[in-house]
Order: sequence, then C-alpha cells, then structure tokens
Amino acid sequence: MRYIRSFGLFWWDYIVGDDWRVAAGLALAFGLTWLLAHNGIAAWWLLPLAVAVLLVGSVRRESRSGG
Amino acid sequence: MREPGAARAAGAMRTDVILFVTTFFASAVEAVEALTIALGVGVVRGWRSTLVGVVAATIVLAAIVAALGPVLRLIPIGTLRFVVGALLLPFGLQWLRKAVLRASGYKPVHDEGAAFAREREQASAASGRGPRMDWYAFTAAFKGVFLEGLEVIFIVVTFGSTQRQLGLTAAAAAAAVVLVVAIGVVVRGPLERVPENALKYAVGVLLTSFGIFWGGEGAGVEWPGSDFAVLGIIGFLGLVSFVLTRRLRRELALKPATARA
Repeated sequence: MRYIRSFGLFWWDYIVGDDWRVAAGLALAFGLTWLLAHNGIAAWWLLPLAVAVLLVGSVRRESRSGG
Repeated sequence: MREPGAARAAGAMRTDVILFVTTFFASAVEAVEALTIALGVGVVRGWRSTLVGVVAATIVLAAIVAALGPVLRLIPIGTLRFVVGALLLPFGLQWLRKAVLRASGYKPVHDEGAAFAREREQASAASGRGPRMDWYAFTAAFKGVFLEGLEVIFIVVTFGSTQRQLGLTAAAAAAAVVLVVAIGVVVRGPLERVPENALKYAVGVLLTSFGIFWGGEGAGVEWPGSDFAVLGIIGFLGLVSFVLTRRLRRELALKPATARA
C-alpha cells in the first residue's frame, strides 16, 4: 500500500508539481489542439501560446505571494 | 536550389544535434545531483558501502531500461509522441518556472556546495555504521543514484523513442554521466564549478520546447517548417522567459527592502 501511495505521489509531483493550474491549463490546451487539428483548422500556434501564458501566470502568482 | 529530400535530411540532422545536446545537458544536471549525494556520503561514511549502493542502483536502473526498451518499439509512433509530449511538457515547464524564479531572485539559487555540506552533515549524524556494511551509506547512495538515474532514463527513453533514436540519446546520456563522474573524481568535492542553475534554465527551455513539439504532433498538429519548427519554439520560449526574468528582476529591485524580506 505504501509503495502504491509513493508511486502515486511521484507521478502527482512529476505532472502537477507546485502549481495545479499549470497542469490543468496544459490539459485544456492539449484538448483544444486535438479538437482543432482533427477538424482541419491550423492549431500549431495554440500550444506555444498556451505555454507562454501559463508560464507568465504561474511565475507572476508565485512572485506576488513570495516576493 | 536544394532538393526537398536534401532539405528534409538537413532538418533531421539538425534535430539529431539538438536531441543530443538536450539529452546531454539534462542528463548532466541529474548526474551532478546524484554525484553530489554519493560524494557527500562517501567522504564521511566511507567509500565501500557507498560504492555498493551506487552499483546496486545502477544494476536496478539497467534492468528497468532492458524491460522498457522492447515495449516502446511496439507502440505506434503517433501515440508515443502524444504521451511523451504530454508528460514532458509539464515536467519541462516546472523546470523552466523554477529557473525563471531563481534567475529573477524570487527563489534561492540551488547551491551544490550547500547540498554537499548538508548531505555530509546528515551522514555523520546518522548512526548504523556496522563493521561490515554501512546501511546508511548504502541507502543514501542507492536512493540518490536511483532517483536521479530514473530521471535520466525518462529523458533518454522519451527523447529517443519519439525520434526512433534511442541509441543517440543513450550515448548522449552516457557521455554526460561519464564526464560528470570524471569531474567528480578529479575535484573530489562539491561540484560548484558546474553552473547548475544556468544549465537548468537552458534545459527547462529545451524540455518544454520538445514537449510542445511532440505533444502537438501527437495531437495532430502539422508544424510549419516540419522539424525546423522546434527551433522556432525554442527561440520563442527563450525570449518569453528572458523578458519575464528581466521584468521580475527589475520589479524586485524596485521593491522596498521590507517587502522583499
């Protein structure tokens, strides 16, 4: 049981880390990209833009709370 | 004028070089962390049990690689790219986020020297040094090498499998580990000379960029410029994080000292 728990914690830390909003935003961006691409709409711009927005937002939140 | 085939080959060649460099530096960062732990424990508790721990962890890691390798070849490349990209992206973005916070002064800079001293202190404070086997030294060395080694495997497997270049990424990781260990043997102390934080910043940009590229490709995106698109993504993310770091640094400098404390 302890191993399952630590295995789960490892993956939680690996994917979600310090900011769950980033992981949720990435999941949303992937979903949107898949939807656009499979409906014949150019979606190459979406992921880079989403990552930039998520990075800025997350760093800003951290700097305001800890800075 | 260049033929399309030649242009494609040049693009693939460039991707291979970036792949090698990224794997090399990402593995070097992990190797530095593992070596810092092993050196700290070894200096204080003795080398015999520490080295047994390092070797045991290496054997377990090799078994994991042997089990993972054949399975990966059976998965369709599109699915593999999507899964790898989706896993690599949050991982890389966490590195980049922390690197930006460190570079702008909002997080303390990771100090390998302090990590080495801390490890040494914990090792000398711990009891359990037996006449034959020092289990503290064994466990600490095993844990450090195993956990950091797992991360190296993750990097090698994800980067290698998506481009069907497992040999190339394994060679890059092996070169990084050998180089870091060689430096460790020569200096026999904390690896302060390796600029780990700058390295982490660059690797964060690279991991995130490859995560976007492969994740997007797996989700059905057709990148403009094909393989060359990854260079554009690296440039874009590098610029965004650079501007963000500068802005944050300026804001921190303008804050009154009481607010910063």
